[in-house]
Amino acid sequence: MVFLSYLISGISLGSVYAMIALGYTMVYGIAKMLNFAHGDVIMVGGYVSLIAMTSWGLPVWAAVVVAMVACTVLGVVIEGLAYRPLRSAPSLAVLITAIGVSYFLQNSAQLIFSPNPKSYPVIINGSLSLFGGKLTISYISLVTFLVCVIIMIALTLFTSRSKMGKAMRAVSEDKGAAQLMGINVNRTISMTFAIGSALAAVAGVFLCSSYTTLMPTTGSMPGIKAFTAAVFGGIGSIPGAFLGGLLLGIIEAMAKAYISTNISNAIVFAVLIVVLLVRPAGLLGKYVPEKV
Amino acid sequence: MLKVNDINVYYGNIHAIKGVSFEVNEGEIVTLIGANGAGKSTILKTISGLLRSTTGSIEFLGHNISNTPPHKIVSQSLAHVPEGRRIFLQMTVQENLEMGAFTQDGSKLRQDLDDVYKQFPRLNERQRQIAGTLSGGEQQMLAIGRALMSHPKLLMLDEPSMGLAPILVEQIFDIIKALRDNGTTILLVEQNAQMALSIADRAYVLETGKIILSGTGQDLIQSDEIRKAYLGG
Repeated sequence: MVFLSYLISGISLGSVYAMIALGYTMVYGIAKMLNFAHGDVIMVGGYVSLIAMTSWGLPVWAAVVVAMVACTVLGVVIEGLAYRPLRSAPSLAVLITAIGVSYFLQNSAQLIFSPNPKSYPVIINGSLSLFGGKLTISYISLVTFLVCVIIMIALTLFTSRSKMGKAMRAVSEDKGAAQLMGINVNRTISMTFAIGSALAAVAGVFLCSSYTTLMPTTGSMPGIKAFTAAVFGGIGSIPGAFLGGLLLGIIEAMAKAYISTNISNAIVFAVLIVVLLVRPAGLLGKYVPEKV
Repeated sequence: MLKVNDINVYYGNIHAIKGVSFEVNEGEIVTLIGANGAGKSTILKTISGLLRSTTGSIEFLGHNISNTPPHKIVSQSLAHVPEGRRIFLQMTVQENLEMGAFTQDGSKLRQDLDDVYKQFPRLNERQRQIAGTLSGGEQQMLAIGRALMSHPKLLMLDEPSMGLAPILVEQIFDIIKALRDNGTTILLVEQNAQMALSIADRAYVLETGKIILSGTGQDLIQSDEIRKAYLGG
């Protein structure tokens, strides 16, 4: 029973990682860039939803919508101002810019909201009691997992069935050829950022709600872990990000429970290194040899 | 139909295209031939907007398209089958064709797919197959089929024979002739000068970014200069 409850908390944590990882993997898969500012967009989503709930008195669902709109706009603006001008620049330049955007967002949040942690409400209270009270599952864990599954399925269907989703895959493979098809590459990449950032907002609400605190650096560690999860599952792969996120959450919960809380992060990253040594493309990633 | 007037294209400091002018009339097959690096592909890329000319103009169906972004060119019924085919290798055959129809109204999609499948029965058999697993000839057919999905009035083909066995090259050239006979104008870039000249109405010979010779396909095939330089004797 104790094991099961650790497992459940791992799945719940993993679902949050998976949501963030889905955004990472979408942007990487299509724009072929690592948006290291993704974690900080989550933090912005956290603040916006907090303001919407506490200052404006909006219900949770409306706060989520407000945060999604704000993050979508933010994501598109970041892409347009910081990344688009570097479209044909070496990928290292884009990576450094992304790190710069990340610090910019963190420092802006410090200026606006102060560096002090703010308390974040638990958005869903109550829990499900099973086996005569021996096992309890909080509703927030259930909802987090369900939302994550729904997002994963929706993204999979979107990229495999819809015209826009297929166009995104075409852009990811060959921007020049996609243009010859009449696809507006800039608009398609903007769209990808919009989707990734909207997901970041949702992830932000669940993340803050499970930590119950929020500060300007809230997004950075989960952002890095979610990136790890995306690589672990096979970066660019939507089911891979989902699986990677869940496994990472479970490993972290188990490491905390059975080994040590202090070195749980080290264990998580050690697992990543081992997996990448054995399967360089990640669990579900495809290794595509480059034709010369 | 297409009027290219004094274009100059640079890759950084390299002057790749030096004041090239030519035209393609409706219903013709026009070919640009020349050695590797003469600038043939560069000209096609400039027409479809992937590269920019610093001077001159490109007129298509009476509109100046020299500043039109590439994603808006195809909806003016000008399609470009790029060098190396550039099909989407990780997508299925059908998805590739759907991308070709990206600018088209979705209601005609089924009809257009069926038309392409009728024209290329091999693609019909492989609708759900991942394009990267097709043979070279099939990939070329897919690249042409994908371009046809946009109902082009002018189809630009860049090295369609590249890397194909002679029997497949003949098949591809038969397809090109059939397309012309059905009313599609063709601008063909080829290294296989013999084949290209044999089906072309008119041809331009390119050397280091300049047009050095032009004429009908038949004239050029018989010219001594061409025979020596491009037709191996």
